[in-house]
Amino acid sequence: MGNYPEIHPTARDNAISCIGLSRNYGDVKALNNLNLTVPYGSIFGFLGRNGAGKTTTIRILAGLAQPSSGSAWVAGFEATRTDSIARQCFGYLPQNPAFYRWMTPVEYLEYAARLFGIPQKERKQRIADMLQLVDLTAAARRRIGGFSGGMIQRLGIAQALIHHPQVLILDEPTSALDPAGRYEVLELIASLRGKVTVFFSTHILNDVERICDTVAIIHKGELLLESSREDLLNKYPVNTAELELDNHGQADGQWKEILQKQPWVNSIQTEENVVRITVTDLMRGKQALLPLVAGFGLIINRIQWVHPTLEEIFLKISA
Amino acid sequence: MNAFKFTITIFFAAVQKEIVQQWRTKRFLVVLAVFLLFGLGSPLMSKMLPELVKAEPGGEELVKLLPTPTAADALGSYVEFIGTFGYILVILLGMNAIAGEKETGTAGMILSKPMPRWVFVLSKFTAQSLVYTSAILAGALTVYYCTYVLFGSADALIVIKISLLLLLWLLTYAGAVLLASVLGRTIATAAGIGLGLAVVIGLARNIPRYGNWTPNGLMAWATGFTAGADNALAFPGALVGSLAMLLLFLIGSVVLLERQEIG
Repeated sequence: MGNYPEIHPTARDNAISCIGLSRNYGDVKALNNLNLTVPYGSIFGFLGRNGAGKTTTIRILAGLAQPSSGSAWVAGFEATRTDSIARQCFGYLPQNPAFYRWMTPVEYLEYAARLFGIPQKERKQRIADMLQLVDLTAAARRRIGGFSGGMIQRLGIAQALIHHPQVLILDEPTSALDPAGRYEVLELIASLRGKVTVFFSTHILNDVERICDTVAIIHKGELLLESSREDLLNKYPVNTAELELDNHGQADGQWKEILQKQPWVNSIQTEENVVRITVTDLMRGKQALLPLVAGFGLIINRIQWVHPTLEEIFLKISA
Repeated sequence: MNAFKFTITIFFAAVQKEIVQQWRTKRFLVVLAVFLLFGLGSPLMSKMLPELVKAEPGGEELVKLLPTPTAADALGSYVEFIGTFGYILVILLGMNAIAGEKETGTAGMILSKPMPRWVFVLSKFTAQSLVYTSAILAGALTVYYCTYVLFGSADALIVIKISLLLLLWLLTYAGAVLLASVLGRTIATAAGIGLGLAVVIGLARNIPRYGNWTPNGLMAWATGFTAGADNALAFPGALVGSLAMLLLFLIGSVVLLERQEIG
């Protein structure tokens, strides 16, 4: 192992620490003085719009890029130094994982295991365990060249976990997947809770809402907030009515146009038979909403006043 | 496991992967087939040349002007074949070594693991060197055997000497193409840079006094051997110059890759 004489106290206590991390590409500041801490054991959602600086941060953490200034640590090792052995403490999955198409999953995992220095006598069992974890045992001897996007992503997670890292770094692991593939990968990540710290970037808010316990939002290279998901949701007051209508057909109609014109209505979102109405004046909304929709003869299964979703908070913060 | 031993273990794993890749993607077989063809075709062409000329209209008179083909002609033709097509083969084989991995994203997957970048570069060069050594060996055995069969004699020592010179010549170009592959972000740009470097090395023969200190000197030296020249016509400067050039290409490749951001 290399010598790491000065470990920042924050770096010692956290799975990931970025201190004053900046990266410039010419005049463009991809990252601007980013300070971020990811606690051990968390599933940490790193949120941001496209071009916010998520991938740049992750590339620096993975040792694939160097910052213009600042430092970053992963599991106590300084990622911004070029000592390759420091890369043993994390597993990394890029946005578009790429494999040698001529290899089989077993061959690739064997190669990855050798690069991580896993002893030969442990490799076979470790590979079998990983293939089982990502449900690729049946495809273990097939050429990777013929794999679907979901299979590639799952193999990517297997190769990132083969050495039992303390930290798993995932760059938009679900963005290129269809709904079924997304569900599989999210379930897999959620199943790692408590076993490994997961740091994953995404712009899909639903994914974060489903599995993350801690969230950070980055915008134009700067960190806007970092908080536990619950604290974040609770921080924003109840201001949204969730209406579950009896059937899908009712969700669209003239009533919505009239509702939208009300001065106390901020926005209306529809997803199948559920309509979310965000209000600017809660008391006024509570008084007026139900009589108004009832006046249109709508059959309402459920009405509930709720906190804004992460998506609504994100849009507000990063506007 | 200490850091040095660990790095050596990674190096051997990477070399093994590269060799398997050369085999599975049929590149090894293609290079081997080309050199077997050179080894087979050169003596055959030399032997058959008078017959071919004779078959052309007016060839009966023309053939009288041709000297009787010899084993030296066969070996000379072999060196000429490699000198003409060898670097194209090296560019085709080596252009995607690193640029291809950067372009597809496999480099990012591997370099985020504890593999030092110098290992990434040198494992590729080592595997390519093994492929060229095998191909040169196969070509040498073929050209020796065919020359012996067709001309009744062949000097094994000369075949060994020219093979060693041709191998170093090929490896110098392989180093240049590796550098091009580091410089290029895509396979196409790497091929372009590689071709440019090959042209520059080729033109370097025209540098007054130092022209023979380049890989071209190796080729001239090999041609001298096939013509039966003794060591007085050797160009030891070519040996030194080519090795120095190869070293520069490899160091340059490592230094440049260390500074690059991998996507």
